[in-house]
Amino acid sequence: MSHTLSNLTVKVWRQDGPNAVGRFETHVIESITDEASFLEMLDVLNERLISQGKEAVVFDHDCREGICGTCSLMINGQAHGPQRATTTCQLHMRSFKSNDTIVIEPWRAGAFPIVKDLMVNRSAFDRIVESGGYITSPTGGAPDANLIPVPKPVADAAMDSAACIGCGACVAACPNGAANLFVGAKIAHLNLLPQGQAERYRRAEAMVDTMDEHFGSCTNHGECSAACPKEISLDVIALMNKDYRSAKFKNRKELSRN
Amino acid sequence: MTMLENRPTTNAKLNSKVPSGALSEKWDTFKANAKLVNPNNKRKFKVIVVGTGLAGASAAATLAELGYQVDAFTFHDSPRRAHSIAAQGGINAAKNYQGDGDSVSRLFTDTIKGGDFRSREANVYRLAQVSVNIIDQMVAQGVPFAREYGGLLDNRSFGGAQVSRTFYARGQTGQQLLLGAYQQLSRQIGLGGVRLFNRCELVDIVVIDGRAAGIVTRDLLTGQVTSHAAHAVVLATGGYGNVYFLSTNAMNCNVTAAWRAHRRGAYFANPCYTQIHPTCIPQADETQSKLTLMSESLRNDGRVWVPKNADETRPAHQIPEAERDYFLERLYPSYGNLAPRDISSRAAKRLVDKGQGVGPLKNGVYLDFSAAIARLGRNVVEERYGNLFEMYERIAGENPYDVPMRIYPATHYTMGGLWVDYELQTTIPGLYAAGEANFSDLGANRLGASALMQGLADGYFVLPYTISNGLAPLLNKSVPGVDHPEFKRVEAEARSRYEGYINVKGTRSPDYFHRELGKIIWDYCGMERDRNGLEKAISEIPALYDEFKKDLRVTGTGEGMNQTLEKAGRVDDFFQLGMLMCKDALAREESAGGHFRVEYQTDEGEAQRDDENFCHVAAWEWTGDANEATRHAEELSFETLQLATRSYK
Repeated sequence: MSHTLSNLTVKVWRQDGPNAVGRFETHVIESITDEASFLEMLDVLNERLISQGKEAVVFDHDCREGICGTCSLMINGQAHGPQRATTTCQLHMRSFKSNDTIVIEPWRAGAFPIVKDLMVNRSAFDRIVESGGYITSPTGGAPDANLIPVPKPVADAAMDSAACIGCGACVAACPNGAANLFVGAKIAHLNLLPQGQAERYRRAEAMVDTMDEHFGSCTNHGECSAACPKEISLDVIALMNKDYRSAKFKNRKELSRN
Repeated sequence: MTMLENRPTTNAKLNSKVPSGALSEKWDTFKANAKLVNPNNKRKFKVIVVGTGLAGASAAATLAELGYQVDAFTFHDSPRRAHSIAAQGGINAAKNYQGDGDSVSRLFTDTIKGGDFRSREANVYRLAQVSVNIIDQMVAQGVPFAREYGGLLDNRSFGGAQVSRTFYARGQTGQQLLLGAYQQLSRQIGLGGVRLFNRCELVDIVVIDGRAAGIVTRDLLTGQVTSHAAHAVVLATGGYGNVYFLSTNAMNCNVTAAWRAHRRGAYFANPCYTQIHPTCIPQADETQSKLTLMSESLRNDGRVWVPKNADETRPAHQIPEAERDYFLERLYPSYGNLAPRDISSRAAKRLVDKGQGVGPLKNGVYLDFSAAIARLGRNVVEERYGNLFEMYERIAGENPYDVPMRIYPATHYTMGGLWVDYELQTTIPGLYAAGEANFSDLGANRLGASALMQGLADGYFVLPYTISNGLAPLLNKSVPGVDHPEFKRVEAEARSRYEGYINVKGTRSPDYFHRELGKIIWDYCGMERDRNGLEKAISEIPALYDEFKKDLRVTGTGEGMNQTLEKAGRVDDFFQLGMLMCKDALAREESAGGHFRVEYQTDEGEAQRDDENFCHVAAWEWTGDANEATRHAEELSFETLQLATRSYK
């Protein structure tokens, strides 16, 4: 049954542009139902700001059902807030109590520059995928789908990794600002499947090298997996490292043949 | 309005260009006769693709693979965010891997029948034909579809079908298909075949000498308005379900691209055909910003019921079997809980309206898995629906393994859209529409698992053929560039439109107007419509629209990121579309699929079509005012199927 929360203090990060100096702005939400989602609480705040003639807080959001990966908030120092395996948009106010203070910040990582307020630029993720996060299969030439049997456990493991929504919580949670969980998840998805074998080592090398251009290095803290709303396992990083290491030998051998 | 005034005008622009010959041979005939562009000449052509969902990403990637220069636009930060990602249940294909009697013609028949005989037959047949290629393509790309232990693909059955032809990836089929298309698109971006413009919104279409010459965009980061010229423009910009404010669409889904094309001369077809999805989580409170859908696949194993007694107060598990009404099984014995979406939705609405609803606001019906858990075991149910159950618990705060889910219908998909011919070209030559943005394949109602199929069919297997047919005659002819005065004029118009929103300096936010507009449209042009309500809406919307123009408040400036300003532009277009929807619903004096006019129903409360007067597509022409749009018609004929009343009993 629903309850009403009262007297919430919200400290929200405001920053006018990528190079502007940021600051916390404090607002009090006098009352809100606990059935409201966290982003609906921000909607209420923004409606109030507009009615006061002030600029609304900019934040990224879209599907509001935890699948598009657009929303991205650091809530009380935790990526996507306190609830396990839950994106910010799926977090509900029932996770908070009356009189709580809630601190809201953008993702903070060198590779994700702030655009405005709580919005960051995550294009570095796209650059990594562009460098090799695919199986080359131009439209039209595919064989019948059942010609490539995929054992169920393999398909399931690939799906576990493919569930990544690309939100960037792993990077935001990492003390090094590393993207190993994101990249490992994509490499594991494609490298586990029979369809992905032809480009397996080329993919691992290209994606890791591009990752290294933008992101920090992994030192196995495991914060990424703890923060991941899709609970991607740390194992994917081990698989990525193994394939990257093998790639350094295999790709060199292949090059020497050319 | 009398019947006579409703008589549609015929119009030379509405030439569907369906190839002659037998239904099963039309697509082959088209491909055999289509003009081709030599591989070396393809790079001389620039194609703009707006939107990077299933239709847009697959079209952009394929066109670039063929060698065309492609510019792809998305208002998201990344192409992977497009709302196709939220589709849960699956994708249909006539593979007949289960050997249960499926075939191209059966998928065709089911889709035509599901669409209540209001779709274009030849397009639907082609859709069923290419459905098999889609699965091959997506598997080759590494989409991790569900598998049997032997490694072959698994299938399930879906609402409105008596065979198992739906391929799925847990409850995240849309996500996996979109990521497949996104990865293929990314490969082309990396190779330089596609230039990506992200956080960049289309604000107008430029038409020169009757042909689409390009688009005008607004960079959401800087507010800069820019022109882009091309030989062809593809709009793959999704549907307009957010006109209702509360829908299952993502917050940023909007009609602006399609609507601006409409205002430049593209006819808008069947705007009143909107789909209500039967299995969404009921609204919980007044701050609610959107509704969440629970995949229809849940109806495979969940049983839908309400208490027989409207005053029932006991929790679900204490209500004895004899006092439960499993109404879908009772009303539609052969389809039971898998009856099509419109039929299931209205059945739920009637019971909730009678006071038999469940939950604190009595605004839902139960979807109960206790029988499935007893029959299959909790593990199997978890395997099939685990992530959906978790999602439900997160939102509703109840565990569906223990208590039944509560569901209620919500707006989910729009079958109407830009009118296109067999080549997916709108009434503006050079302007194409694909996926949910067009109208052609799904008629008055979409069956489950066919939206993903249609988006990918258009992008992968239809547009690449039809676009070359359109471009070939333009080889070595010059087309207008962005320095053409018309580009400059449209740019200036767009700039002043956005400045205008800021300069109103009224008192109400764009969201306020959106919410109010949504209420009118939901009440009068939602799950059920009637003449009085529609006339009321048509008088109320312009009044609210006037208030919008006088009392809108957009804070901040036009330079730099301003989400309030973006929203104002989108709500403006929703107002105009909303009026056209109501006009279209009023003019269509019959019930068909998702368009249910209370006046036109059978004794049993089912949709009653009027094939004599309304077996046509209504295509609306912009005249400068949404209230004065002109209605044209494309007659529909059915070569192989008898027009029949749908029966799911």
